[in-house]
Amino acid sequence: MLDTVLFYSFAVLVLGGGILTITRRNAVHSAISLIVSLLGVAGLYLLQAAEFLFAVQIVLYVGGIMVLFLFVIMLVNLDDAAKVREYNRQWIVALVAVAAVGAELGYFFHRGAASFHIAETAAAVPVAVGNTEALADSLFSEYLLPFEIASLVLLVAVVGSVIMAKKRI
Amino acid sequence: MPASPIFNPTDLIRFLPEIILTAMGTLIMVLDPLLNRRESKVYGTLSLATLLAAILAAIYAYSDAGPAFGGMLIVDGFATFFRVLVLGVGILTILPSFSFLKRQQAETSEFHALLLFSIAGQSIMAAANDLIIIFIGLEISSIASYILAGYLRDDKRANEAALKYFLLGSFATGFFLYGVALIYGETGSINLSVVHAVVTGPDAPLPVMVGLAAALMFVGLAFKVSASPFQIWAPDVYQGAPTPVSAFLSAGPKAAAFAIFLRIFMTAFAPIGHAWAPLVWASALLSMTIGNFAALLQTNVKRMLAYSSIAHAGYVMVALASRSEVGIAAAMFYLAAYACMNVGAFAVVSHLSGKGERYQSIEDFAGLAQKQPFVAAMLSIFLLSLIGVPLTGGFFGKFYIFKAALESHLVWLTVLGLLNSAVAAYYYLRLLVMMYFRDPGEAASSAEPLTPAFSAALILPAIGTLVLGIFPGWVLDFAGRSASLVK
Repeated sequence: MLDTVLFYSFAVLVLGGGILTITRRNAVHSAISLIVSLLGVAGLYLLQAAEFLFAVQIVLYVGGIMVLFLFVIMLVNLDDAAKVREYNRQWIVALVAVAAVGAELGYFFHRGAASFHIAETAAAVPVAVGNTEALADSLFSEYLLPFEIASLVLLVAVVGSVIMAKKRI
Repeated sequence: MPASPIFNPTDLIRFLPEIILTAMGTLIMVLDPLLNRRESKVYGTLSLATLLAAILAAIYAYSDAGPAFGGMLIVDGFATFFRVLVLGVGILTILPSFSFLKRQQAETSEFHALLLFSIAGQSIMAAANDLIIIFIGLEISSIASYILAGYLRDDKRANEAALKYFLLGSFATGFFLYGVALIYGETGSINLSVVHAVVTGPDAPLPVMVGLAAALMFVGLAFKVSASPFQIWAPDVYQGAPTPVSAFLSAGPKAAAFAIFLRIFMTAFAPIGHAWAPLVWASALLSMTIGNFAALLQTNVKRMLAYSSIAHAGYVMVALASRSEVGIAAAMFYLAAYACMNVGAFAVVSHLSGKGERYQSIEDFAGLAQKQPFVAAMLSIFLLSLIGVPLTGGFFGKFYIFKAALESHLVWLTVLGLLNSAVAAYYYLRLLVMMYFRDPGEAASSAEPLTPAFSAALILPAIGTLVLGIFPGWVLDFAGRSASLVK
């Protein structure tokens, strides 16, 4: 019961934040709504007993990325942009897309979860081990190689941004 | 969970080429402040040595072939072929870049470091047997390429090229990742062998969902190989990027992307081959037609070569559409021949383009044969091979691809493909006529004298093109033996 209530409250945060993000004219308001939405997602992670993801979501997305977003928005003058009329005239396409997705969703609700195959979920982690430990275990043993070469992606990105920002090549 | 000893020596040896590339790429950047010299000779020479060492490591790793890191990597003939191919493209990119970077006054260590990292990513892709490794390798290769495309920051065209490449490329990787996520949700695994086993097994997921995942990955990969209808970025990027980088982009990342294209679609998605074959068929025909006909209208040589590279991606898609081991071998052979001739042709453009890359139009090639007969002769070899004239690698490449297509009863695709290559002859010949039958213009007269490194940059791919054309069996035998991918 409590789970259900919590789920729906977090879901309202996620969706409400998302809708506000794309409808606000002021970029700062949009960014703050996005933070609310991301916090809702963090709550959903916690409900799934994924404490690590919950912490990462808050530290990385809400704390790091969104603060960077806000900095950029404040550095760039967006007041004029807020006054510009929306130039997007694609609402017929949007309507068709929404109808198509709606029809798909309705179909699957009608057929139930059994109508499409989902791979078996991973075995439940024993409570004594804990989600964070289990994650670390698989990250640093089974998936060590992808974990290590992902650092190369970051290195390339850092070097690239330095080249783009350097005074002279 | 058993703490598996993941770093055992065998695994490390099978991963040695990538380790060498990454370590040396980092070392080159560290050396930069220590040497305190703005001269790329040192870095370029170091990069060449690194690539040679990596080629040796790749061949050595093949002497003890097998899976590594719990099946995430697989070192087989196919992987080794593409590893050596992308490493070789790296060498052919660095050789002309010595004089090019000097002329543009843009010699840095980062250029070489990024090039090595990009090649490391492609080498990872070549050997990957796991979707997450494929994805990370693709990202390493792509991000480094985006930056290299915009490396000459003060050039407006280079900025445009880098931004377009970055934005569209990010979308493409996004599509690919959606496909990976769907596959994981459907089969519970990201290992290609396991995915293949689940898809053919008794508890197989709905074919529609697997097909959806395949379609999403197709979008991402078709973008990376610049196959139609996802080719729109290629002309702008190849034209705007520094010419040695265009040469690299048109051969290295493309070969690596085709490697994973072949591996994913011929292993994990082979059971639903009848569903994706029409898609590949249409994409092959569109790429060939759009590429060749658009190339007819170009006046800028780099742009013309970009459209021609779209057309050549179409020929390789024909090999994929044949869905056979013969087709895989033909695609491997074609990509090797294509790398030689295309990188060579771009090298000549980089030689002739002058400071600030002013001379890029077809008229600028006028009279090159009188001023620099050697360069003109080399370019003729590459162009004849791009046309597909016998005794060049391009001829046997096309021959094997269309032979594979006929064996798979793709008669119409073969006929239309052959008609296409006849159209292509026109715009390559136009360049030849310009070089040999016109009086020298400003560009040909002001072309710099040849340096040893640049001569090597022309001779090596020319030798490659001719060897593939006269002794195709050497490479084709190896490709044929490696074409049976591990499922």
